Amino acid sequence: MQVTKTFKRIIFLELAIPVALLTIGIYHGLMQTIYRAGVLKETSFAKLDYYQGLTLHGVINALVLTTFFAVAFGHVTLTFYFKKEPNRKLMWLSFILMLSGVLMASWAMLAGKASVLYTFYPPLKAHPLFYLGATLLIAGSWIPLFDWAVMYTRWKKENPETKTPLAVLGTLINFTIWFVCTLAVAYETLVLLIPWSMGWTAAVNVNLARTLFWFFGHALVYFWLLPAYIMFYTILPKVAGGKLYSDLAGRIALFLFLIFSIPVGVHHQYSDPTIQQGVKFFHGLLTYGVSIPSFITAFTIAASLEYAGRKRGGKGWFGWMNKLPFFDENRFLFAYFIGGLILFIFGGVTGIVNASYSLNNVVHNTAWLPGHFHMTVAGPVFLSIVGMSLYLYSKMSGKRIFMPKLTTIIPYLWVIGMLIFSFGMSWGGLRGEPRRTNLGVTYLNPDSELFRSDWVPTTTMAMLGGIIMFIAGMLFIVIFFGTMLRKRSADPILTIPVSEAYHDEKRVPLFDRFKPWIIAMIIIILISYVPALMNVNENSGPKAPGFNIDNPTPIEQPAAK
Amino acid sequence: MKMDKIEKRVIISSLLLMSLFVFSLLYAKNKYKTDVPECLPYDKAYTEPKVNQLDEKTYQVFSVASMWQFQPSEIYIPVGSEVDFYLTSKDVVHGFNIAQKNINMMAVYGAINKTSVKFDKPGVYDIVCHEYCGVGHQNMRAQVIVNYPRSK
Repeated sequence: MQVTKTFKRIIFLELAIPVALLTIGIYHGLMQTIYRAGVLKETSFAKLDYYQGLTLHGVINALVLTTFFAVAFGHVTLTFYFKKEPNRKLMWLSFILMLSGVLMASWAMLAGKASVLYTFYPPLKAHPLFYLGATLLIAGSWIPLFDWAVMYTRWKKENPETKTPLAVLGTLINFTIWFVCTLAVAYETLVLLIPWSMGWTAAVNVNLARTLFWFFGHALVYFWLLPAYIMFYTILPKVAGGKLYSDLAGRIALFLFLIFSIPVGVHHQYSDPTIQQGVKFFHGLLTYGVSIPSFITAFTIAASLEYAGRKRGGKGWFGWMNKLPFFDENRFLFAYFIGGLILFIFGGVTGIVNASYSLNNVVHNTAWLPGHFHMTVAGPVFLSIVGMSLYLYSKMSGKRIFMPKLTTIIPYLWVIGMLIFSFGMSWGGLRGEPRRTNLGVTYLNPDSELFRSDWVPTTTMAMLGGIIMFIAGMLFIVIFFGTMLRKRSADPILTIPVSEAYHDEKRVPLFDRFKPWIIAMIIIILISYVPALMNVNENSGPKAPGFNIDNPTPIEQPAAK
Repeated sequence: MKMDKIEKRVIISSLLLMSLFVFSLLYAKNKYKTDVPECLPYDKAYTEPKVNQLDEKTYQVFSVASMWQFQPSEIYIPVGSEVDFYLTSKDVVHGFNIAQKNINMMAVYGAINKTSVKFDKPGVYDIVCHEYCGVGHQNMRAQVIVNYPRSK
């Protein structure tokens, strides 16, 4: 379909800004693997400190790229399926809020005033603009939901008996999860951290802040993941040359995510004080619950791919796999999707380990953890985001892709790098190698009394993988901006591949309405989080003053009035 | 609502698989006493670092994490000791990981964390801070030295 210039302009900005920022984000990813392997034995390189780089890496790659893309992809999805553009003013407002948030936080991070990592646990204190920037990024991403809800309600009135398109349903579910979970982190930043960081309040309840963060923090990973899931359900089968195995399975999976994404956050706090073992175990059980929609998805997607492979002439148990369009330039999205799915097998399995209550003692906060989540967020999430960004840009600008063959190879290079990296990290983690640590200064420095020779092979492997991924990432950025520099050679149109369903079930009203599911979501959240917050309230002692990253004495408060 | 037969089987088998995992966790909890850290109400008594010997083979360690050290930084105990670790932080969030014994706790200001462990074998066990706690984080390590009786 044709879209207006304004719509295109906003979408291009929302796709291109994070890809440009990725240069910084990916550079710092590479640098960390080099420090950690003990090749660099310094606290900083090229005027950027290790922990400053780690903060930039996390914020840019995990928060900015994912949020900008989710908003842009949501706009595109609703516009494409409803044949109607969202409200232009609200689109601009949302974009400007997100961009100003990113600029504020970037300034604080680059100035070295916010080296607190992307989890910003107090009582390490960052510059107020860091917290304000994060809040604006989130607030900006809320706005589209309200506009889309209006578009959806109108459409539903006109088409009461038609199934909501699966992609639209997924987008609305994802942003509902996002809205609810970010309420907690908005409370954390606006009520607890900003006043404290400005010096208006003296101290902060660290346990409460951590619990609120993780109310948000685990749902955040589904907010990253669901756009990829939407692509796997609604785009991948078509690109593979087949059909979606079951439409209803997709709906069931998405609604299960709606109810189970949030009430599982305490599984990030198994090692925390103030929360009782029973509450932790209950959150662990619910986390197992949230694995069910992922199992459903794994089956449905694999079945859809098998259908496609057989349609293309594949025979036998495994023969169909060879027939899939792995290196087809005209279907380059396939390479990005399948690459992500391969990584996600390992990402999912390691995730179940993390969720497994006492088993988490073995891996919590070790290098295993980044080993795990790089195979989710830097696997299916990253690859489908960058692949789709390139696809949408190319179609909507009418420009052909720069170096199309290389475009299909990049995801496989990324997968190889990631597997090596994550293997090194997971292995190191099992040997007790901590995450978020500049190992090169001490543990990987033969001159230090803390030297650990058993971490040499693992960190070296992670570095090798890091170098390969860095090359793949930079090649992608060259292709993206190379495409931008090309001349228009086709009509610019907004188009997304649409998969038909193999089992296209009749409309089941229960799986086409939000109300009952939102009520269930709220009830489960209350059941799981009221006890957790009561625990925190009962077991917490004094609140903490703020600390700078380089000084064990608390930051002095300006004299009280 | 009609579902595909294979699909139904897949959903049922994934439910069964997860139930098996739940069962395994509970089994390990009972049989091997594996558990996550316990929470205690805040009490100022735990904020003074010390090692208490309760009887021959039972110890309490009040460990206090701060930027960038654990106190006590060297803990000497005999082989076969049962140790209760109580942990808190004087400033920012720290981690407390004895990888060889699967001891894994967070040290948080205004909170007391607790776990118990038995040291069966002699050796030097590293306690590594595994949460970012500022510029000196990578220097923050302590040790449990399980070394006597030396002979036998």
